[in-house]
Amino acid sequence: MSDQQSVSPFEAGLEVAASATTLPEGMRELEVIGVRHGAFSAQDGGDTSGFGGLVAPIVMPGPTEPPYGGWFDAAAEELALALADRGVPMTTAVEKVVVDRGEITFFVRREHLLAFASALRDEPALRFEMCMGVNGVHYPGDVGRELHAVYPFQSVTHNRRIRVEVTCPDGDPRIPSITSVYPANDWHERETYDFFGIIFDGHPALTRIEMPDDWPGHPQRKDYPLGGIPVEYKGAEVPPPDQRRAYS
Amino acid sequence: MTTDQNMFSEALIDDEGIVYEGEMPEDDPYALSYETGQGTVYTVSGGDWDSISSPDEGERERIVVNMGPQHPSTHGVLRLILELEGETVIDTRCGIGYLHTGIEKNMEYRTWTQGVTFVTRMDYLSPFFNETAYCLGVEKLLGVTDQIPERASTIRVLMMELNRISSHLVALATGGMELGALTAMTFGFRERELILDIFEMVTGLRMNSAYVRPGGVAQDITDDQVIRIRETLPLLRKRMKDTADLLVDNAIWMGRTVGVGYLDLAGCMSLGITGPILRSTGLPHDLRKSQPYCGYETYDFAVPTQDTCDAYGRFLIRVAEMQESIKIVEQALDRLRQGPVMIEDKKIAWPARLSIGGDGQGNSPEHIKEIMSQSMEALIHHFKLVTEGFSVPPGQVYSAIESPRGELGVHIVSDGGTRPYRVHYRDPSFNNLQATAAMSNGSMISDVIAAVASIDPVMGGVDR
Repeated sequence: MSDQQSVSPFEAGLEVAASATTLPEGMRELEVIGVRHGAFSAQDGGDTSGFGGLVAPIVMPGPTEPPYGGWFDAAAEELALALADRGVPMTTAVEKVVVDRGEITFFVRREHLLAFASALRDEPALRFEMCMGVNGVHYPGDVGRELHAVYPFQSVTHNRRIRVEVTCPDGDPRIPSITSVYPANDWHERETYDFFGIIFDGHPALTRIEMPDDWPGHPQRKDYPLGGIPVEYKGAEVPPPDQRRAYS
Repeated sequence: MTTDQNMFSEALIDDEGIVYEGEMPEDDPYALSYETGQGTVYTVSGGDWDSISSPDEGERERIVVNMGPQHPSTHGVLRLILELEGETVIDTRCGIGYLHTGIEKNMEYRTWTQGVTFVTRMDYLSPFFNETAYCLGVEKLLGVTDQIPERASTIRVLMMELNRISSHLVALATGGMELGALTAMTFGFRERELILDIFEMVTGLRMNSAYVRPGGVAQDITDDQVIRIRETLPLLRKRMKDTADLLVDNAIWMGRTVGVGYLDLAGCMSLGITGPILRSTGLPHDLRKSQPYCGYETYDFAVPTQDTCDAYGRFLIRVAEMQESIKIVEQALDRLRQGPVMIEDKKIAWPARLSIGGDGQGNSPEHIKEIMSQSMEALIHHFKLVTEGFSVPPGQVYSAIESPRGELGVHIVSDGGTRPYRVHYRDPSFNNLQATAAMSNGSMISDVIAAVASIDPVMGGVDR
């Protein structure tokens, strides 16, 4: 492991990743969010398994090109028309579309999120009446877009679901609030702010909701430690969960 | 304008004697704010009474009352911050977070299978729904949804519907207690005990059983247990009728609930409300019908609705849903066929093999004999499966089921490892509690209790 410390492990991993993985036809980029070293979490050279030198990229499902299949194509066309009515071309608002495991995800650029949300709610052909909240995900390895906000939408009229994902960098964790379009997101955005530190601009009262008001830090971020104390049982000591050996 | 020596910034006092701290908005006299390295922090713990309300504010005095988190009628550790003029509620706010235990964070440090043990503790009145929603999501990520044995899906449906009855019974029991109908409470908890006995018989635990696992369920149901469940149903049905008779046409109960906690369809849609509250507006939206899972499309049941939009309508819906659930339980018992209850794939199936021992459950002696004295490979495999777990291909899914309180959605993200990268529960209690203000503003204090009881929030699910 010691020779990897001179170069950044992430960059070293990316090189290996690029050489080991070929892009499927039609894909623009690899969705690499990190690099996995070894098969066990031992970082101190104590790994005698022989797997310590393994380097593997962590690749999320990549962008999908149309046709997406099923009702996804019709919905995407309606979305493009609705966005054009609002003066935003689809290609400007939407970074990429991912169809994976039967679910469609629109990666929307944060400055166009409000227009996108109002199109989802107001267009009769789309009619996503309900936003089922927002959830944050922290990808420290996804440089420049570390924080993701994921919005599941549901249309009761058409019995459909889509997902919208918005990213923002750690240095500028701001995403417009959609509470003006979907008031249901009031508490959900507060929760995501509480746990990830994403600031939802335009939210009426963006305060902490689960943690105490004066809590330092945002607990669900990956750089926030889990905490815990060793447990002693019959003379043996079990370390806290975040210091135990992991296998991934 | 005066300066005030305190830990915050300079204080401003205007003509009416209201104190403003820093950039505090004029209409928010309860939230003090101060600057930190991570932005403005608001403290909603209130402050000195004189700084909130001046004594000479006219004849209509507005006071702020903190109700909870330890109040017996706030349905758990819910804190209501009520703004009152006399007995009339002008504004309502909810203070939550008293039961936050960091379950979602903890799950990122355990294997996928161990996650079940955590999620079952979220909404503690409907543990089987938490487990099933999570397992359906993990199975979708693994791409093994089609490989779940039919018997496992049927047992899941069976347990979920029994759980729906027990959850609704507690909703009636605690709701009744909060409105003074103490017999409803004793009846509700008594009947729930019948169902908890079934849970204990099948899973070994009354609550938090971690019974539904990725790939199937932890243990099979025996024929004896099926018979005992069948024997319980008529008693349950009779006693549920007693409870319903006690309340349905009860003048006092109706006086407390009819027209109380009004929220119409438009309000439900904009606030993302699902479950009995949404169905009390007349919309028959139920995920078991519209987006079936676990084979619900093959069961014969109705989705009860009311069009009163009030607490009484929600109560009637819960009573009717319990009857429908009994129908589903009977159908599930009828279609239980012999077969495996865990996925075929040995790389996922854990617990690998259990058998019914003398105490009603336990390890399979044959399996232990095999791994301990016959096959070293089997021992290695068992060890790897228990300590390391299985890897889940990278990606994300949102899996939603109809819990007793509405849409229970789980957003699961995997980075390809043996542990969840992120699991987030969209708990219906959390979302529906947002309707408290819309339901209670302008009503009397006593109606706030009825409105919150009709939302039926479970704080374990709200705070997670």
